[in-house]
Amino acid sequence: MKHFTLEIDKDGIALITFDSPERSMNVLSQDVIDEINEWVETLTNDANIKGAVITSGKGAFCAGANLEELGGQFAGFAARMQDDPQGAKKDMFDAVFRLNSAFRALELCGKPVAAALNGLALGGGFELALACHARFAANDNPKLRLGFPEVMVGLLPGAGGTQRVPRMIGLMNAAPLLLQAKKIKAAEAVSMNLVNAAVPGAELIETAKTWVRENPKAKQPWDADRFKFPGGGPWTASGFPMFAGSSAMVRKESYGNYPAMGNILRCVYEGSQLPMDAALRVETRYFCQLLLDPKTQNMIRTLFISKQAIDKGGARPASQKPGVIKKIGVIGAGFMGAGVAYVSAMAGIDVVLIDRDQEGADKGKALTEKEQAKRVKRGKTTQEKMDAILARITPTTDYGLLKDVDLIVEAVFENSELKASITKMAEDVIPKDAVFGSNTSTIPISDLAKASSRPENFIGIHFFSPVHKMMLVEIIKGEQTSDYAISRALDFATRIRKTPIVVEDTRGFYANRCVMRYINEGYNMLSEGVKPALIEQGARMAGMPVGPLSLQDEVAIDLAYKILQQTKSDLGNQYVAGKMDPIVTAMIEKYDRKGRKNEKGFYDYNGREKSLWPELGQFAVNGILDEQPSAAEVKDRILYAQAIEAARTMAEGIIADPREADLGSIFGWGFAPYTGGAISFIDMTGIGRFVKRADELVAAYGEQFEVPTLLRGMAKAGETMYGRFGKSTTTYTKSSLNKILEKDVVKIANAMGIDAHVDDLKADTIAKILAAQ
Amino acid sequence: MTKAFIYDAIRTPRGKGKKNGSLHEITALSLATQQLEALRDRNNLDTSKVDDVILGCVHQVKGQGADIARSAVITANWDEKCAGVSINRFCASGLEAVNMAAAKVMSGMSDMVVGGGVESLSRIPMGSDGGAMGVDPSISFDHHMIPQGISADLIATKWGYSRDDVDAYAVESQKRAANAWDGGRFKKSIVPVKDQMGVNILEHDELMRPGTDMQALGGLNPAFAMMGEMMPGFDFIAMQKYPELESINHVHHAGNSSGIVDGASLVLVGSKKAGKKQGLKPRARIRAFAEIGTEPTIMLTGPEAVARKCLGKAGMEIGDIDIWEINEAFASVVLQSMEELGVDHSIMNVNGGAIAMGHPLGVTGAMIIGTMVDELERADKQTALITLCVGGGMGSAIIIERV
Repeated sequence: MKHFTLEIDKDGIALITFDSPERSMNVLSQDVIDEINEWVETLTNDANIKGAVITSGKGAFCAGANLEELGGQFAGFAARMQDDPQGAKKDMFDAVFRLNSAFRALELCGKPVAAALNGLALGGGFELALACHARFAANDNPKLRLGFPEVMVGLLPGAGGTQRVPRMIGLMNAAPLLLQAKKIKAAEAVSMNLVNAAVPGAELIETAKTWVRENPKAKQPWDADRFKFPGGGPWTASGFPMFAGSSAMVRKESYGNYPAMGNILRCVYEGSQLPMDAALRVETRYFCQLLLDPKTQNMIRTLFISKQAIDKGGARPASQKPGVIKKIGVIGAGFMGAGVAYVSAMAGIDVVLIDRDQEGADKGKALTEKEQAKRVKRGKTTQEKMDAILARITPTTDYGLLKDVDLIVEAVFENSELKASITKMAEDVIPKDAVFGSNTSTIPISDLAKASSRPENFIGIHFFSPVHKMMLVEIIKGEQTSDYAISRALDFATRIRKTPIVVEDTRGFYANRCVMRYINEGYNMLSEGVKPALIEQGARMAGMPVGPLSLQDEVAIDLAYKILQQTKSDLGNQYVAGKMDPIVTAMIEKYDRKGRKNEKGFYDYNGREKSLWPELGQFAVNGILDEQPSAAEVKDRILYAQAIEAARTMAEGIIADPREADLGSIFGWGFAPYTGGAISFIDMTGIGRFVKRADELVAAYGEQFEVPTLLRGMAKAGETMYGRFGKSTTTYTKSSLNKILEKDVVKIANAMGIDAHVDDLKADTIAKILAAQ
Repeated sequence: MTKAFIYDAIRTPRGKGKKNGSLHEITALSLATQQLEALRDRNNLDTSKVDDVILGCVHQVKGQGADIARSAVITANWDEKCAGVSINRFCASGLEAVNMAAAKVMSGMSDMVVGGGVESLSRIPMGSDGGAMGVDPSISFDHHMIPQGISADLIATKWGYSRDDVDAYAVESQKRAANAWDGGRFKKSIVPVKDQMGVNILEHDELMRPGTDMQALGGLNPAFAMMGEMMPGFDFIAMQKYPELESINHVHHAGNSSGIVDGASLVLVGSKKAGKKQGLKPRARIRAFAEIGTEPTIMLTGPEAVARKCLGKAGMEIGDIDIWEINEAFASVVLQSMEELGVDHSIMNVNGGAIAMGHPLGVTGAMIIGTMVDELERADKQTALITLCVGGGMGSAIIIERV
């Protein structure tokens, strides 16, 4: 065995240690599953072995399945789905069920098995532990977490998680783990009865072994004769209302947009009425059904595979190597600057935080103090760690302290002259190879770069507010920005654990440009007489975190008013009024309704409660429509308005990589995550259908739905956005390809543009695919 | 096609559907048995000439399981040739049983059939039969299923009925029911329930609260606000189907919703020839009947849709109906039906309804057919349309005509 070692002690207890070579983290890849089957067989048949303890040789126990491999495996089945759906699905079931049957064999091996969880155990890793008869967890590993992240990428815990957890703790206690991906620490796991005891790491193995010695006849509760489902199954007086309520509770939050949530509920409901073996088969079928759903495929691609790649600096120009950012200067200690200083100090970067006066600089640092104090109070960090973070931030007015920074983030008011003078002051001091980043959201980077003596080192680093909560950072290239500057900005963004996307220099860059379309569509509908509640609810049903009117309240209506006045004066006679203009004007000039900031906007605010302002009907030019549009129509308007703008940015070359456009849409402005992002949404719809529907929307509502010409050509040619703009994201392994029929391997090769025929040797074709990756 | 006639219609008084209700100590089987005995005895019925007994019953488990209709035929000592079948169309089961009886007669495949219902909610409460509809995510999660009370409040919200509107309707129901009892309008069809010794244990509807006024109702808390707004939050599921609503106005409570009661009821249906052979005089003719499915989340808008469908089958107009009966499941259901059909309250539920007297689920449809047979004769009217809203988004209706 390569991934596991097995040592038998004098009492006949096998210590099985999971320690995959050449990997920093244990994951459940196909070859690992092969070995699990191997040692389970040994455990079952070797009379010298009386019981077993399973642990890990790494800091973490196991991070779960290998999603990339799963994706590759799936691609193989997908290739066969057209010609032989029955066979492909059956084989897919068998492939996925392997892990379930291995775990089932483990719990039925006839000998006591305990898991010694020395560190983090997620997904399949946690499920391996749940298939043991007892679990012990280290209480002195601060990184130890137990949980199921599957639902975050549109999957379900498919190695018994949906069956064993509810059978241990009941539906209501299992729900946060299964449906909300809640991660728990050792102590909480003990109090929830998922872990037998939490002990110091040094005593873990011995504690587990003692348990094994003392429980020679260990059996899972569900394999005992008189097993009762905790809290009651669906046909008991106590269980019925819980099962009935769970559907409502999950739909209330998810709007039914996430197929995984429905399938998790189905697994628990159907599984609770079946013996374990049958229940596991049902679980695997629902898991495979999700894998076949394009929403899941998109979510895995964007939220897992693309995110991992981009978070590591995937957008880095090929000519550049990653480096380290140790010290930065933040100029302007307002809310944005203070946020940048905070996240940087958290990541271990030294920060010189500059403002006009010492008081302003100190106030900026106070944000870190406030946020960290909250975390200390909640037990999320310690006073020592907080002190260390605070010590990294030096609030000052002295530009001299910038002499050894790697990078500057300028976050002062949106005023070109002010920014120009700051650029000069900083460049007088900072090292020649330091990069100057401006956090502007409205002024073109190339314009600001005119004030720079080193425009090749001048770049835009656009954060979203609040900085410590928003994960996206837009890196904006000016006309003269060098690859080196991009690479350094990425070094910074990855160090502070943001998702950095690289964008060309254009008004609104990428995210703001698209989100404006979202808010505008809200105004358009309001003006056309759609009921405000329908606009807001329709948007949330489409998967947006908040409705467009609610979002406008957060952004502030007076800001929209100022931009409107500015644009009018900039364009003069050429200005064409939009449907939002009279609404914004009246809200500010007539009613002084600025939004959340003065507690009146499209909503009335009353503490935590808010309700739509009852007078909004006045903005419907021809009155509220007698015949209100369907929710489906509102949802289409909401999603298409944004996706079309995202498609425009790609067609114009503002953003080059569809992965970045998708990530930007979800993490920048909350575009419906179940779609995998704005670009994935177009591909999922199919460009042909997308263009046709957009044309209907143009005819009904206006030219905001006019697709870029490029899309029309692509529709004719049957292209996809990812096919045209993306790099292949599916990676195949040799073992997964070997399990696919030869003709299907050829198909995969051909789809990748490889010259291959069924007459060729399968091994050669596989070699070509592996080489092409 | 053979014409189907109603020869008799009887019911038990309605007992409170709780442990302190007068009928709690009487089994559902006994309720059905006593009704069958009474129907036979007061009509001198040769039960060997009755093809089938169809009983509506929503909760067909425990004492109501295993085909309670056949069980009751045996215990009532009816001729063994008479079969029995129990059916479930939720709240319209009793009416549906009569419709099915009529269909058998009209097709010529049966000559005389009993339709009716039995339900002891005090012994076998709501929810006792489980069911996928509320708990299987493939329907409850995927198809926005919500409890009826939320649907009733959703109707009130969508049609703009205030708390005062629904309470006023309830006050009127109590007034009319009290008047009807005082005027002896139910005496033709009421058959008292006897106890194990043969002593009358219940002779009148015991849930009624005559003299209920707006003030008394005003003190009641909305019954569905908690489950709607808080746990588990069914309002949000309703609003995902009706996204133009910003919130649900919870107006229903125990005083303006149908009461939970026990009872049984029978309607004797047969062809002209079959009645003549037994020396029976027809009291009404069944002109038409219908059933329909409607939007399942709002669930309770079936009466209007099925009434229109039924009128269409009968070749009649709304104005051709002299008196109407729409089950008072919730006040908003009747208000919405009246508004959409344009039927005046003066000819709707003239003797009160389930808000005052109670709603023994699978029975009510048969009971209110009987009420209308009696009322057509008493008031010297010709036509009546009887309908109920139904769980899962359905409606059932029947049009009868005095002969």
